Amino acid sequence: MGSIVLQNVSKSFGSTSVISAVSLDISDGEFVVFVGPSGCGKSTLLRLIAGLEDLTSGRILIDGQDVTGHAPARRQLSMVFQSYALYPHMSVYGNIAFPLKMAGEDKRVIERKVQDAARILNLSDYLNRKPRQLSGGQRQRVAIGRAIVRQPKAFLFDEPLSNLDAALRVNMRLEISELHHQLQTTMIYVTHDQVEAMTMADKIVVLNAGRIEQVGTPLDLYRSPANRFVAGFIGSPKMNFVEGQHSKRYKAHAIGVRPEHIALSKTQGEWQGTVGVAEHLGSDTFLHVHVDEIGLITARGDGEIDLHHGERVYLTPNEARLHRFNEQGIAQ
Amino acid sequence: MARRVSARQKLLFTVIGWAIGLFLFFPILWTLLTSFKTEGVAIASPPVFLFFDWTLENYWEVQARSDYLRHFLNSVTISFGSTLVGLLLAIPAAWAMAFAPSPRTKDVLMWMLSTKMLPAVGVLVPIYLLFRDWNLLDTRIGLVMALTLINLPIIVWMLYTYFKEIPGDILEAARMDGASLGKEIFYVLAPMAVPGIASTILLNIILAWNEAFWTLNLTAADAAPLTAFIASYSSPEGLFWAKLSAASTLAIAPILILGWFSQRQLVRGLTFGAVK
Repeated sequence: MGSIVLQNVSKSFGSTSVISAVSLDISDGEFVVFVGPSGCGKSTLLRLIAGLEDLTSGRILIDGQDVTGHAPARRQLSMVFQSYALYPHMSVYGNIAFPLKMAGEDKRVIERKVQDAARILNLSDYLNRKPRQLSGGQRQRVAIGRAIVRQPKAFLFDEPLSNLDAALRVNMRLEISELHHQLQTTMIYVTHDQVEAMTMADKIVVLNAGRIEQVGTPLDLYRSPANRFVAGFIGSPKMNFVEGQHSKRYKAHAIGVRPEHIALSKTQGEWQGTVGVAEHLGSDTFLHVHVDEIGLITARGDGEIDLHHGERVYLTPNEARLHRFNEQGIAQ
Repeated sequence: MARRVSARQKLLFTVIGWAIGLFLFFPILWTLLTSFKTEGVAIASPPVFLFFDWTLENYWEVQARSDYLRHFLNSVTISFGSTLVGLLLAIPAAWAMAFAPSPRTKDVLMWMLSTKMLPAVGVLVPIYLLFRDWNLLDTRIGLVMALTLINLPIIVWMLYTYFKEIPGDILEAARMDGASLGKEIFYVLAPMAVPGIASTILLNIILAWNEAFWTLNLTAADAAPLTAFIASYSSPEGLFWAKLSAASTLAIAPILILGWFSQRQLVRGLTFGAVK
């Protein structure tokens, strides 16, 4: 079991409020991703759940039990740190065995559990090595191994992939998702990368300036963002926002349209503009178009589109996929 | 990218390196050579370098005139004692400053360092009077106390910089893994800090061993360490170069040997934090 409930959780450092009145339900076995720009408080929120920081006010319940004042060790959670935080003086075996040793497990039980974890994570050949003799990906796997041996109620991941190179990041992303399917344990994952959030999460929690902006499944957030912040944060490339005359036509203070919901044409369309930078990715082309009277709009075309810098182009937003926002930036 | 060094440059740098090394080592070498000369040869002008009648006479005489072993044991007691007491005080202090700093931590550190900027002679009279009133003059315990306090700022600073290098994440990981504070320190912190503590111990022993101002002023006979032993040979009745050299050689030999065996540790300790 591993359900986690946050009730009006707040945290301030001195007079600076970092987290203000956050309430959230995480059910057992869920993969929840906290996402937001740097400084939004997502790591602090994770550290509050872990018990590494003390709450200023509010309560945290794990499986219905109030753990607000409990030390990290008593919460039965495991954490994977951004820096891996492996014990440099211990072998891979020693690192993975450490939580079991602290729990006072029998030597033979430790041996068996470490071997099991090593097999799952492809670390069996490296058990005698020291962390410094491993690559970044292997170190991350050791950190995950150390987290899974204790069979915690939930795993906490604090930007675990941001120190890895792009290719490895994609691999590890898949491995962590795979691990979640195998273990069926609650996972809370912090990242600033919305692609990680979209691909891994059952439920995404978008944070901004210490508050929750929206909670929902990846596609919920993509289809119906609650406000301009979420709309701009989820989806890549970012949603285009248009204000003024052109948004009035759609009876909104501002409209938002995703690059993939704009039709391109050389002959006719609603907006006219000049092609700026064209990014050819092979499968897609992202065109940055300087639209007359509006400004820069990003539009997605198919991979083999034949448009180049300086050419004139027509854009038509798909009205069914248009997002309308009022003056406060709330979706209408 | 590695910088390219031609063979000629390499040779040049090697020669310069050796020259500087020999230059720095020369006083010690000269002391060593002089200790094997007779008093007459020792003050000969022009000086004799290697070709003289080597003699151990100075060493016998030094040992006969003043008890080397007693001074040696005093030096050991004072330097090891003050290091041990200093560590017991400094380790908790440095832990607190490195891992639970307050807004005033930097000020405390600077204040501690500022005590080292005060000329020692400035506080000689008050300290001498305190020692006299508390019957600590010429006692080993008094010197251990004095040297502990004198070197404490350096020990705290060194340990603080060492502990600062230990990432907080690792300690937090241990906490998440279920380690109590005691286990966290024993299994995770201590093993990682051992090199730092070791080099701090070494440096402090050397500093305490060579400390002359306080040891000369606060001791007379009973607690006099090797520094006082050397000083007794530059007496007003005349300089005895050869015997002074023999005494100096005997005094620096133990610490030289200790330093030789631990030089790697020491260099690492002194340059720690300078390069990552």
